[in-house]
Amino acid sequence: MEATSSVQASPQLGRRRFNFDRVIAIALIAPSLLAIAVFVYFFIAQTAYVSLVRWNDLLPDYTFVGLRNYDKLFQIERFQADMSNTLKFTVVFIFICLAVGLLLANLLDQKIKGEAIFRNIFMFPLAISFIVTGVAWRWLLTPSSGVNLIGSAIGIVDMKNPPGWFTDPKIGILAVAIAAVWQTSGYVMAMYLAGLRSIPDEIKEAARIDGATEWQLFRQITLPLLQPITLSAVIILGHISLKIFDLTKSMTGPGAGFSTDVPALFMFETTFSGSHFSQGAAIAMVLLVVVSVLIIPYLIYNFRSEVRS
Amino acid sequence: MQKHNRSVMTLVALFAMITMVLSACDNNSTSSNATTSNTPAAAKTPAAANTPAAANTQAASNSNGSAATGKLEMFSWWTTGGESAGLKAMYKLYSKDRPNVEIVNQAVAGAAGSDAKAVLKSRMLGGDPPDSFQVHMGHELLDGYVAAGQVEPLDELYKSEGFDKAFPQGVLDIVSGNGHYWSVPVNIHRANVLWYNKKVFTDNGLTAPVTFDDFFKAADVLKAKGITPLALGDKVPFASAHLFETVLVGTLGAEAYKGLWDGKTKWDGPQVTQALNNFKKMLGYINSDHAALTWDQANDMLIAGKAGMTIMGDWVDADYKAKAFTDYGWTTSPGTKGLYDALSDTFALPKGAKNKENALAWLKLAGSQAGQDAFNPLKGSIPARIDAGKGDYDAYLLSAIADWKKDTIVPSVVHGAAAKDGWATAYTDSVNSFVTSLDVDKTQKALVQAAADNMTSK
Repeated sequence: MEATSSVQASPQLGRRRFNFDRVIAIALIAPSLLAIAVFVYFFIAQTAYVSLVRWNDLLPDYTFVGLRNYDKLFQIERFQADMSNTLKFTVVFIFICLAVGLLLANLLDQKIKGEAIFRNIFMFPLAISFIVTGVAWRWLLTPSSGVNLIGSAIGIVDMKNPPGWFTDPKIGILAVAIAAVWQTSGYVMAMYLAGLRSIPDEIKEAARIDGATEWQLFRQITLPLLQPITLSAVIILGHISLKIFDLTKSMTGPGAGFSTDVPALFMFETTFSGSHFSQGAAIAMVLLVVVSVLIIPYLIYNFRSEVRS
Repeated sequence: MQKHNRSVMTLVALFAMITMVLSACDNNSTSSNATTSNTPAAAKTPAAANTPAAANTQAASNSNGSAATGKLEMFSWWTTGGESAGLKAMYKLYSKDRPNVEIVNQAVAGAAGSDAKAVLKSRMLGGDPPDSFQVHMGHELLDGYVAAGQVEPLDELYKSEGFDKAFPQGVLDIVSGNGHYWSVPVNIHRANVLWYNKKVFTDNGLTAPVTFDDFFKAADVLKAKGITPLALGDKVPFASAHLFETVLVGTLGAEAYKGLWDGKTKWDGPQVTQALNNFKKMLGYINSDHAALTWDQANDMLIAGKAGMTIMGDWVDADYKAKAFTDYGWTTSPGTKGLYDALSDTFALPKGAKNKENALAWLKLAGSQAGQDAFNPLKGSIPARIDAGKGDYDAYLLSAIADWKKDTIVPSVVHGAAAKDGWATAYTDSVNSFVTSLDVDKTQKALVQAAADNMTSK
């Protein structure tokens, strides 16, 4: 729309812009476009292709087998466990992160003294890599040490029969989620804090004048206005949790009966330990589809709201 | 005016970018020049050095080793305790002979080498092989890098060094394929060993179990006393897969077990069902925190007297030695008396190794009597050579050397000898699921599927 109107206004200028600026713009963007085309999209296509052939040995075998790798994949016990683990992990991780993040942000927003210090303390875990988090939390949650010892010192844990945390097949993946929450909730807090600060005081004042209680204020004013932040947080946390690899690798490994296994870990092991390249590629494609289901609606939503504004 | 300014800015930006691209090209061209000038030199060195080296071998003289230069990049997963001590002892011998060769120790940590193998695989497939690498003898190498044509045959080395007479026929059969020798075995490990705490056993009036019945009786006694009967540490799942392997050998016997890997024994047969049931029963006697521990941490339980027994390969012996624990006894795992469930670490020579001549000298050392007797007492394994075995071997190793000569040898699956790594990982995954599901039927089906997917037709 804009382009046509400017062309109508001064056709000569429009043309010059096209000839000169456009060419330069394209020239400037071309190298990175080319690099992305090759190193991202070409390799995604390559992975998709490998997932459809029979390359399940060290030597490449490009015999086309259709969807057989996927068919077999979904019958493997380990992959079934992976999918249910991912679901549990994602739900628990996102929910607790949002709750903790929102709580911390609201506490910090009370104009307390030394807010910057607290903010940094809560943000600090984000600066650590998942590998380090994994090692530290492995120590903390090993049944014979860490948290259980503290618990027994204050008399709430029986060391003869301590909680198994990540070694307990029933809750294994949830113990990993605790570690992930520890690392990421500070980030969610920062997002919410920024959101809270952007809510104009006038709105709150107006609500107060209308006689709203603080709780009503929170429910009716603050939460709805934080909705875009929540959406962004869900997207960011969601794609972290779907792709999680380093945390489980360093903290628990696949775990007893694959109670802490995740698709990315399976993908790595079956590809590089088992030489099942096509199977690994199939897992990668499943992950891509799952992440796309989460990301694409968000991108469309973002794109639309940008166009609208 | 503003318009004009913008164009100027874009031009400046474009110019800056072109300069950067050009300078990048320039860098590229100089570096590619460097490599091209390097390649003939690199090609020349081994060619030039090769001939005298070959002449050396015939003259059986070591003195010319000091003339050798360059590097030796050695890839392994030996990073801890006795393993790395043994490796360093061999490096020391190597450096004595070739003082001017820089040894690059590429050791990647990770139990049973699973992480190291992943790193090696990407290097080999990416065309950047080390000069020599550690690999288990058997199908891990034969169905892997040999089938892919990425390692050199070592027939000449075997002939010139007399390896074809130094190793027992059983080992020669496993390291050869397509009529060639592919790697040099440096040691032999035994997988089917049951270790027990002597004090715990005497305190409870127990003797070392031989059959599954003996084992379960002893386990019941210990369980009643509140001692963990069988210590297991399967944080890295190979440990439970290893335990099941010994149960398979013990339940099926040598011939039927070997038949599992070449199709003569059916995975859906009643014997495998029986093995799974035995395994299931054993899992009733393990420590509850097994998934939090590694195999050596499970050993700590035995050392502390918290557990009575553990079943693990004989690298346990070196672990006890490192932890200064002496009050342990050993026997074969239940049902495997007279059987030697063997695995071996071997070294292979990748095609395109940058320092081939240095690598050949390394292989020569690894297969020699001196090299094996330097390495094995520290590593806690027995030499693959028949004539080696004189050295600082402890009581366990001496008994293993004696057994090695008379027992029936069966190949280990978890440690690469019996099946290719794709099969071994599928097998390990099925067993790991079983440890918590305890679903005999489902696991047997998964094992049948793994065999169907990975059986090589050869």
